Amino acid sequence: MSKKIGDVILDVNNISLRFGGVKALTDISFNVKEHEIRAIIGPNGAGKSSMLNCINGVYTPQEGSITFRGKTFSHMNSRQVAEMGVARTFQNLALFKGMSVIDNIMSGRNLKIKSNLFMQALRIGPAEREEIRHREYVEHIIDFLEIQAFRKTPVGQLPYGLQKRVDLGRALAMEPQVLLLDEPMAGMNVEEKQDMCRFVLDVNDEFGTTIVLIEHDMGVVMDISDRVVVLDYGKKIGDGTPEEVRNNADVISAYLGTSH
Amino acid sequence: MLTTFPRLLLKHATERGSAPAMREKEYGIWQTHSWADLAALVEHVACGLHQAGLRRGEHMVIVGANRPRLYATMLAAQSLGAIPVPLYQDAVAAECVFPINNADVRFALVEDQEQVDKMLEIRDRCPQLSNIFFDDPRGLRNYMEDGLAGLDELIGAGAAFSKEHPDFFKAEVDKAQAADVAAMFFTSGTTGNPKGVVHTHGTLIDRGQAGAEFDKLSPNEEVLAYLPPAWIGQNIFSYAQWLVCGYVVNCPESAATVTIDLKEIGPTYYFAPPRVFEGLLTSVMIRMEDAGALKRKMFHAFMDVARRVGPARMDGKSIGFGNALMYWLGNLLVYGPLRNNLGMSRVRVAYTAGEAIGPDLFSFYRSIGINLKQLYGSTETAVFVCLQPDNEARADTVGVPCRGVEIKVADNGEILVKSPGLLREYYKNPAATAEVLTADGWYHTSDAGFIDAHGHLKIIDRVKDVGRIKGGDNDGAMFAPKYVENKLKFFPQIKEVVAYGDQREKVCVMINIDFDAVGNWAERRNLPYAGYTDLAQKPEVYQLIKECVEKVNADLSIDELLAGSQVSRFLVLHKELDADDGELTRTNKVRRGFIAEKYQPLVDALYGGKTEQFIETVVKFEDGRSGSVSATLKISDAKTFAPVKAAA
Repeated sequence: MSKKIGDVILDVNNISLRFGGVKALTDISFNVKEHEIRAIIGPNGAGKSSMLNCINGVYTPQEGSITFRGKTFSHMNSRQVAEMGVARTFQNLALFKGMSVIDNIMSGRNLKIKSNLFMQALRIGPAEREEIRHREYVEHIIDFLEIQAFRKTPVGQLPYGLQKRVDLGRALAMEPQVLLLDEPMAGMNVEEKQDMCRFVLDVNDEFGTTIVLIEHDMGVVMDISDRVVVLDYGKKIGDGTPEEVRNNADVISAYLGTSH
Repeated sequence: MLTTFPRLLLKHATERGSAPAMREKEYGIWQTHSWADLAALVEHVACGLHQAGLRRGEHMVIVGANRPRLYATMLAAQSLGAIPVPLYQDAVAAECVFPINNADVRFALVEDQEQVDKMLEIRDRCPQLSNIFFDDPRGLRNYMEDGLAGLDELIGAGAAFSKEHPDFFKAEVDKAQAADVAAMFFTSGTTGNPKGVVHTHGTLIDRGQAGAEFDKLSPNEEVLAYLPPAWIGQNIFSYAQWLVCGYVVNCPESAATVTIDLKEIGPTYYFAPPRVFEGLLTSVMIRMEDAGALKRKMFHAFMDVARRVGPARMDGKSIGFGNALMYWLGNLLVYGPLRNNLGMSRVRVAYTAGEAIGPDLFSFYRSIGINLKQLYGSTETAVFVCLQPDNEARADTVGVPCRGVEIKVADNGEILVKSPGLLREYYKNPAATAEVLTADGWYHTSDAGFIDAHGHLKIIDRVKDVGRIKGGDNDGAMFAPKYVENKLKFFPQIKEVVAYGDQREKVCVMINIDFDAVGNWAERRNLPYAGYTDLAQKPEVYQLIKECVEKVNADLSIDELLAGSQVSRFLVLHKELDADDGELTRTNKVRRGFIAEKYQPLVDALYGGKTEQFIETVVKFEDGRSGSVSATLKISDAKTFAPVKAAA
């Protein structure tokens, strides 16, 4: 198996993020290449989700900049980031529990819908045609994620593992260039994890989507990612292929502790 | 009328080319393939396969769920005079080795990545397997193995070839005769290697026609194809009869959406093994228990009416004005909506076969106005041997012989069949063929049974399984394990049973609880449990199962022949019997001998009078890894009843 990894698509330069006196991230730099699966790992509280939130525009780092496809920015809101083609899923699921699977995934198409609210509400000509077009795309995602049996089920009634899949589906609906996955396998059983791994690999393979993922399950990370960044207490302590990271002395001590 | 499947296809394509042949739900919408579309597709696949080197008389393996393009490939192979061999899509890789090597298979068409992985896994053991085609390219982009290609590419190449050689396909189709081999089905077999059952176009088409005449099937029937195509039942209903009658076969979106698709399609002709009917009923009952008090009350009141008069009504008997009125009201309020919910509003003929169906289950469906019937047949007889006429459906018989069939009961109680639909042979296995197909043309079914007073066939058990109790109070009594097992399995709480008793002084059984039904029962009683193993060993569950066993014993005690088969002791197993662990066949039949060996300590404990026994078992997971489960199982005694002698 071989895939083509392209040039750097996302470059994180010297990011520092503080909440008052708490240093969440200190001087972090790494890059993500096109079509690769890049994992961010680290112990609890290492700053992984904060890092994702910085890329995603939810947090604005005090120092440093992020370059996406050659454009550098230090202040960016999450809508702008989304428009640039970055989508994400959430650690604690942020789905609309009362809405059906289809509607949840359709909501991911929001940025792509051109007709205005009025036209959509009345389903006037172009709005209806547009909806059909978007619905078709959503159906491809449903097929891809194998959730055909739950199209019309309210998301709140689905088991956790399937909700995670819907969350991924909504992110995919944005046709993202970069997909940020915040602990996609957390809280899943072995079988669900395997399914999710396959979906992540298939997304990467079929759509060529670049994937940045945070994950706790070392087995998963080492199996599916091309390169890994390791954070600990807000600092970067390792960066490289899974093999390199596994043999990195700092990483080993962060995970296993050191004898004093 | 002597013909072949490809000729039937071309006939439909010429006479009614725009009529729908197949539907497949894709991206949420049912997509229709007309007979003309299908014929063109088959031609392209056939040309592609020919170019790739598939030759007349050669076997080609087809593995996957019910997909139009898989069916088209079977037709394409037959058009070239090659023989499609459908294999079970849920078989583990190692199980595919024997059929592939046995039939010297070089060509395979598989559905998706999962199946491709299986084929690649066994490739070193099947060196002749040179060409593997796949229907769904998802996840296969980076597979670079030799001989692996997409069906799309094959069709593309085939289309180009047929443009250059427009007469090739028709000429190939014309070469085939009805007596040529059409398909080979591997029977699961409870012992030893599977056997390839060889059928010709003639046998399959003849039986397809016999069944169609019996139930007056028309081209307007709708069928949902959702069981494995490797099973002859599915193959007859969604292939042989499909081409004979020209009706519409609908392919569900995925295995998980079958109940939804069933509702959307509303099939008119329906076929399922009893476990499917049971699953549907269980889900209805569970949902009914969760419904509001008024609805529940209405449901139960009208179900009482249905139970009382429904079966008689289905049999065409008069039920009186008052009952008819109540039934009419019930139909409006309960049965109609229920049928609709089950997706059976339009069912004209429904069949169950493969194993015995519980009388309660059977009459439930008939009582709410679904024309459920039984049939008798096997892979070797191309299904149709006996069928129940519309007004004579009963739970304990399997119907009357259909057109062309002769039945005879041998001295040892074995049913012998003569029919135009008998297998030609077991592939490369003359010894096995000679055993079942004697020179005088009779096929030995190895089922024990008899013809009852109304001319209906009744099956008791497999001939070889019918045994004798030895020693004890019932010395010499007849023991029919399957009969006992089935009686127990008719309880919704019991999923699987294995009975022992031949050459022993009493009958003992091992039971698998039905996790859904018993789990639900436990939740309603606020009985906490950690999982299957824990639930199975609850004293309350043992009490529940004990009641079932004793009811069966009471029932058996009035049966003159089988009063000695009453169950003395039982235990509830800690894990579900599973085909992946070799305990069930792929068609979910228990492998009694294998289980006895595997659970030897349990059998010893049952007969040794112990009250509990520790057991550790290796289990195989679906991904091929294995683990182990262990538990200490309780063993319980059950009350038996003195045989009631028939009062002359």
